[in-house]
Amino acid sequence: MAEIIQEEKGKGGKRKTKKHPPHIDMTPMVDLMCLLITFFMLTTAFSKAKIMEIILPEKLQDKNQDAPKISASRTLNIILGPDNKLFWYPGNVKEEEFKNLPPLFETDYSADGIRKLLLERNRTLARRIADFKDQVISGKINITQDSVQGAISELKKVDDTGPIVLIKAYKKANYGNFVDILDEMNICGIARYTFMKIAWYEDEMVEKASGIAASPATSTN
Amino acid sequence: MPKIKLPTKSPRIDMTPMVDTFAVVLTFLMLTTTMRQPEPATVDTPFSISEKPTPDFNMMTFLLSVDGKVFMNFDNGPDTLLKYRPKILVEMGKRYGIEFTEAEQREFEKFPSSMGVPIEKMKEFLSTKDNNTRKSFQVGIPIDSADNQLAMWILYARQVNPNIQACIKGDSKTGFETVEKVLDILQDKNVNRFNLITSLEGVKINLEEIQR
Repeated sequence: MAEIIQEEKGKGGKRKTKKHPPHIDMTPMVDLMCLLITFFMLTTAFSKAKIMEIILPEKLQDKNQDAPKISASRTLNIILGPDNKLFWYPGNVKEEEFKNLPPLFETDYSADGIRKLLLERNRTLARRIADFKDQVISGKINITQDSVQGAISELKKVDDTGPIVLIKAYKKANYGNFVDILDEMNICGIARYTFMKIAWYEDEMVEKASGIAASPATSTN
Repeated sequence: MPKIKLPTKSPRIDMTPMVDTFAVVLTFLMLTTTMRQPEPATVDTPFSISEKPTPDFNMMTFLLSVDGKVFMNFDNGPDTLLKYRPKILVEMGKRYGIEFTEAEQREFEKFPSSMGVPIEKMKEFLSTKDNNTRKSFQVGIPIDSADNQLAMWILYARQVNPNIQACIKGDSKTGFETVEKVLDILQDKNVNRFNLITSLEGVKINLEEIQR
């Protein structure tokens, strides 16, 4: 009797183990994975930094060589001033005006400031680019996404009415202003712009416009 | 009548699906991750609408901090076997009469972030292991005309890796004098094409704005 009972018990036990497969406790594994995920999430730089290209004109090797001539009517000078101020004046300053410098117009980095001005001057080209983009989006022009940029730069190349923007920076401007104004050039689709060293008379114009006493470094120039 | 025994459920929760999802997320993160390198100076890059991503190699990056220090970083090239970094260091050493040992070169090759150590202090810098002591060496690369080491770095970086591109990473509050000096040095070395590192910002212009 006793033996039989034992056998039965043993059989029952075996059956029990078959019914419930061995359960692995996953909790420590989950803990570990949680930890790793947190670590990776914190160390990952998800959005890669973007770059903005700018090509500066080559430095003149020969001192006697003149800078390329550009038409004054199309020239727009933008000067990055101190304290996030922004100044502009059209055309250029002639030598006979050095004694009596033309005034600077003050504007700002907002959409109503410099962007409005640039878009107004660059209306034809900006319209053309916008039209082109519209046609691409609505499917009137069948073009691959890669060649859109190329086609736009071709539009920019043939444009001969838009402004030629000369960007200059007063010494108290900051790097953020510089990037902002270049960004503005890209937004407005300006075909021709470059960054130049500020001339001494422009230094004086900025100082006059923003009410800074002329620094000795500029007056000696 | 015999009682119907309800199967008693154990309160244990099955973790397997959770482990599965975690494994997927973890794999994804591990594959996409690029480690964020600690920079010697924190910079808040300005925003722009540019969508061009930064290239992975052939870059020399100039880090311009708010207080006007200049740091420089360059990579090992598309293939780590090329070992551009130690080569540039050796060239620099030759120019300034400093010989770097194999171990020092290897240390320089591995150093992950931008460096702003004057070349005279480079040996000491590479021999220290402590991060805090290392930081005290990072005073910025000399850029004044009397001792223009940045120009030399640019020269040798371009000699060793002709495909190298210049990237400028500055804080939006960095004074323009520093930026202009660096641009000037780069132009002296015939680098006229720059990439400015920015963060992406959404800007929308609509047709009414143009027509106005």
